[in-house]
Amino acid sequence: MTAEVNVAGVERWASALGGAALAAYGVKQMREERGLAGAVIAAAGGVLIARGGSGHCPMYAAAGFTTANGGSDTRAALGARRGVTVDEVVTINAPAEQLFAFWRNFSQLPSFMDHLVSVEQMDYRRSHWVAKAPAGRTVQWDAEIINEIPGELIGWRTLDGADVVSAGSVRFTRAPAGRGTEVHVRLQYDPPAGKIGATVAWIMGHEPSQTIREDLRRFKQLMEAGEVPTIAGQPRGKQSLLNYD
Amino acid sequence: MKALVWHATNDVRVERVPDPTILNPRDAIIKITTTAICGSDLHLLDGYIPTMQAGDILGHEFMGEVVEVGRENTKLAVGDRVVVPFTIACGHCFFCEKQLWSLCDNSNPNAWMAEKLYGYTTSGLFGYSHLTGGYAGGQAQYARVPFADVGPLKIPAGLADEQVLFLSDIFPTGYMAAENCDIQPGDTIAVWGCGPVGQMAIRSAFLLGAERVIAIDDVPERIRLAQKGGAEVLNFADEDIFERLKALTGGRGPDACIDAVGLEAHGATLDAYVDKVKAAAFLATDRPSALRQAIHACRKGGIVSIPGVYGGFLDKIPFGAAFQKGLTFRMGQTHMMKYMQPLLARIERGEIDPSFVITHRLPLDDAPRGYQMFKNKQDECIKVVLQPHETVH
Repeated sequence: MTAEVNVAGVERWASALGGAALAAYGVKQMREERGLAGAVIAAAGGVLIARGGSGHCPMYAAAGFTTANGGSDTRAALGARRGVTVDEVVTINAPAEQLFAFWRNFSQLPSFMDHLVSVEQMDYRRSHWVAKAPAGRTVQWDAEIINEIPGELIGWRTLDGADVVSAGSVRFTRAPAGRGTEVHVRLQYDPPAGKIGATVAWIMGHEPSQTIREDLRRFKQLMEAGEVPTIAGQPRGKQSLLNYD
Repeated sequence: MKALVWHATNDVRVERVPDPTILNPRDAIIKITTTAICGSDLHLLDGYIPTMQAGDILGHEFMGEVVEVGRENTKLAVGDRVVVPFTIACGHCFFCEKQLWSLCDNSNPNAWMAEKLYGYTTSGLFGYSHLTGGYAGGQAQYARVPFADVGPLKIPAGLADEQVLFLSDIFPTGYMAAENCDIQPGDTIAVWGCGPVGQMAIRSAFLLGAERVIAIDDVPERIRLAQKGGAEVLNFADEDIFERLKALTGGRGPDACIDAVGLEAHGATLDAYVDKVKAAAFLATDRPSALRQAIHACRKGGIVSIPGVYGGFLDKIPFGAAFQKGLTFRMGQTHMMKYMQPLLARIERGEIDPSFVITHRLPLDDAPRGYQMFKNKQDECIKVVLQPHETVH
């Protein structure tokens, strides 16, 4: 049985080339009588070469995610086909690096994700999320980044013990001929039963994909126009009891 | 402030409403000095456009003085005199960068609504239903203008309001309709509808080098105005339009046809009456008899240019004729910001004075009466201009 391909594209080639460089460096260290350290480096390089060659990373598999096939890491992160999966995409007229940088600064996510109250970075990988819940309450959880390729991909999932079990990824890929960047979001969540489950269902609404689509639309509006268009607060005349539609 | 408010089909009133405020960083607030009623406002009055709500402020042809600017708006200053285009555009998306301003991705707060109906959203519009954003319109004393660093055009002191007001919609709209005809030397352009947009299209076609313009209508004062603009006119009430167009063009047919009528065509043909019954029975939403005639009459390989507004589903379009004759269709809301500056230059050079269409000047308080006059073509009404800060006599 061949190992599943879970490393793809540029990363796979970078892995192979980086591994080769590392192996060469390690072998050179060994020659220069720095035996053990050199051997370890060479071995690590060997693993990277193998990863690049086979497209399979044992560590990725253990962490339960993949960057191949469009980053279906969320499903793997949750262990199996569970809960609800949402896939949405939008094209934004801005460079991938700029979009990545804005998104990676998680504290800015509530500026376009309506259901979020705040996101606080605890350390480089871990963050604390607060979301709106019915009747003015909030629901909170901790999450960690499980995958990051600067300018290309961010993958995250909730930490063990969180009430809301979810994982997500956002991929930034270049659209053809200067048409900007395609932003692909995949979100998977597995609402537990009971009160928390009801809260998650409330947050995501009847149409989870529409909720994410509107979040992505606001992200695009912020990135392109610098503001989200609104009519909230504009004047209007008297409204009758019946609204014509 | 005072504003013209839509309540229901055939029910618009002038009311006191709160003054507008800055809501977004690129906004500006305009004190409106002159505004107008547009033919497309009649589609709202008649209840043809869905997603209107009682309380909506109408109006999308307005100009005035900047009285407040948002903190990110570096282009406008308090005191600037500006004409405001009826389409709202962000200036930075793929479509704005391609000068397809009325297709802006980012200016419709109700984009999801438009996506349900049209697949993708188009730009926000002032005072034109919630499908295009629900923005409060400009038949009012003040208006909030979003993305005001992109749309409003500054006007030099020497020009009167009435000379430049129609840069807000009908002049660019008529001009784009003519430009879409790709006019070549010797071309004959046929124009269905001699309302304000049709009148602008007739004059624009001549500005762009048309040999002849043949206009089609049945309202005497509109026919006279079209003739004044240099057009030959056919009256659909007593002439067979197709046969006459063919005869007038040596059997070739018009090189391009402009439908400046849109979804509420009042033709005298059988299909027009069938459309009226169907629309009344909700079997179709739009009444496209002018469009059918334009497609049928257009010469082989010609262009059908459509500035007239359509909103929904059209029945019995002669698509076979369009296909077999290899016609080209060009249409859509006007890409305002592409045309406003060059057309202001034409006005400054004296090539055209768009105020020729104005027949009535009323204070805003009389706007409901203006709507009725315009709709029923009473008192030879072609175009109503409103003064929002003038009190009732």
